Amino acid sequence: MLAAPAMAFVALLITFPLAWTLYLSLTDASGSIRSSHDFIGLENYAEILTDTDRFWPAVARTAIFTGGAMLVEMVLGMLIALLLWRPFRGQGFVRVIILLPLVATPVAVGMMWRLIFEPSIGFANQFLSWFGIPAQPWLAGEATALPTLIFVDIWQWTPMVVLILLAGLTSLSDEPDEAARVDGANAWQRFWYVTFPLVMPTFITAILLRGIDALKTFDILYATKGKGGGSFHEVETLNVYAYGLSFDYQKYGESSAVLIVFFMMIIGCIWILTIRKKKSAL
Amino acid sequence: MKHRSIKLTTAAVAVAALTTGLLAGCSSDEGGAEGGAQTLRVTLANHVWTDIVKDKISEFEAANEGVKVELTQLGEDQLSDQYNVKLNAGTDEIDVMMYRPLQEGKLFAQNGYLADLSDYVAQDSAWDWSDFQEGPVEATTFEGSVVGVPIITEQEVLYYRSDVLESMGIEVPKTLDELEAAAKAIKEQGEIAGFVARTGVSAAVTQFSSYLYSMGGDFANEDYTTSTIDSAEAKAAYELYGRLIGQYGPDNVSTDMSWPDAAALFAQGQVAFYTDASSLYKNLAEEENSTVWEHVGYAPFPAGPAGSLPYNVPSWALGINSDSNKKDLAFDFIQWLTSPEMTLEVQTAGVPAARTSVWENPAGISSFPEQLAEAIAIGSETGVGYDRPRVVSVAEAREIVGAPIVVAITGGDVDAAIKKAHEDFQKFLDDEN
Repeated sequence: MLAAPAMAFVALLITFPLAWTLYLSLTDASGSIRSSHDFIGLENYAEILTDTDRFWPAVARTAIFTGGAMLVEMVLGMLIALLLWRPFRGQGFVRVIILLPLVATPVAVGMMWRLIFEPSIGFANQFLSWFGIPAQPWLAGEATALPTLIFVDIWQWTPMVVLILLAGLTSLSDEPDEAARVDGANAWQRFWYVTFPLVMPTFITAILLRGIDALKTFDILYATKGKGGGSFHEVETLNVYAYGLSFDYQKYGESSAVLIVFFMMIIGCIWILTIRKKKSAL
Repeated sequence: MKHRSIKLTTAAVAVAALTTGLLAGCSSDEGGAEGGAQTLRVTLANHVWTDIVKDKISEFEAANEGVKVELTQLGEDQLSDQYNVKLNAGTDEIDVMMYRPLQEGKLFAQNGYLADLSDYVAQDSAWDWSDFQEGPVEATTFEGSVVGVPIITEQEVLYYRSDVLESMGIEVPKTLDELEAAAKAIKEQGEIAGFVARTGVSAAVTQFSSYLYSMGGDFANEDYTTSTIDSAEAKAAYELYGRLIGQYGPDNVSTDMSWPDAAALFAQGQVAFYTDASSLYKNLAEEENSTVWEHVGYAPFPAGPAGSLPYNVPSWALGINSDSNKKDLAFDFIQWLTSPEMTLEVQTAGVPAARTSVWENPAGISSFPEQLAEAIAIGSETGVGYDRPRVVSVAEAREIVGAPIVVAITGGDVDAAIKKAHEDFQKFLDDEN
């Protein structure tokens, strides 16, 4: 009985926005949501799924951004977590330094990197010039903007992976590692055959959390490249695209369709990773 | 357990009732009705104009006993997003709103967000609606109804480094050909870049418009049924703007530059020529903003084959939310903010206004650098009243017509970019009509 208000509250907070978005995606709502709009069935879905100019490139960029950032963050995160796993002098200080990017506001981080990567007067190109390396377009280049933003994401979010993996590592018993050591296993063998399988459920949790987060990244892309993800839409992911359709073009029906498709993609990814996690836990 | 549930439920209902009562109390105190204590909610953009007038709001409060002005100040994009969310939801929490007539005026008016001010502007002859310039008034009128009061005007002018031109013996360019030749000579000398302007696909459109008009082109035909961005004149304008930045601009130039980025390059002494809005001059000519403030020169927009046709537009206006329940008070506030005296004061502080009388008054232009005042006067006379496609969905149209600008800057296939943009813009116009 007492849970009923809570359940109603959750249902209202989660179900209503989803249902409203789903409804809008089946209409031609544009200009203002308050003005009349017609039910047009799956027309918006047909429109976006055949759009090779903006929608599919945005899907590809979302996948590249998420995949690229995740891959490096997981590998780098594991390496740093392993380094911080065993006690050493100054460990507390190092942990604080590593966690600093995590606590910074993404928009502020975006503005900071935007200044650093400014092609004419930014620090990054000045730094390269000290070593005689020619200036790079970084965020300004059509081909370099997305990799540069993947780098920024790695800079900011690897610490979170470190934090999760470190929690997993410190909860492990020392005995399997010591047994492998007695059996003559080297450091790599002990990691690959003992530590990594044991920490796998935590590893997949980290992938799950960071993956969902990376998939829906918006603030840093918008803060550095602005509307449309840059002049050539070079960093326009599904999130940035949906935002633009809503707030720049006022095409609420089409934007809702993009969000529903995006939501289904995220649910699909979570489902696959959850199955994988269950299998690895068995 | 059952008894405990009843007690908890009773307590929850009591808390809810108390909270509702408190909120209702707050609401009547803050919102107020016409007459008595009232809060006027005003949303303004971050702009020099806002900085000047916000310090004077206490004078309005003092003259209107019981009135409290609650000011919200936001950046351009945040302001636009905020309007889209709140006005879409039918809020009455915004009374007076600063908006961009050419960017979102048609959209807001069509959506019914802006109250009809036709009767309000006609009621006070001393305030004198006829004193407002024709172009700005046209931009704040929708289907015969006045929906806004223009507050700031802008013309595109040429900013230049007087010391660089003097040292190289270059005359101030009067034509676009001369501008290109001068920018080329300065770039080739190798010390600083010749030219800079906005490069972002959407941001550049407004500044590119003066090049387009001066070359003899336009975005569309008179009734906006046919795209004309594939005309020979438009192509020449795209190529010229692209060459000026791509070939004579800063090395590794970004293709995302809005005015703060482009102005910063000029203000830091990296560039000799810069074309942008007249209202930005304080960012270049004041010591705290610019390393070259002593050497900034101003000239009218250089002439192309069709003459010097810079834009001359009302960049901002004040409107009233149609869902506001304090429209009379809101208009009193707008009237106070846009009175001839206040307008003169604001313009004297450096913000170009939309009233004819302040431009005719020597005091109105006394604070502008002489060359700039002259350039503005010429631009106001010869200028075109819009700087972007005159459509409802301006943001989408800007991205379409701006695409060839970026391709031209980066040295890509301009013909192909124009062809695609022309097809996209024609489809856009067909859909909108």
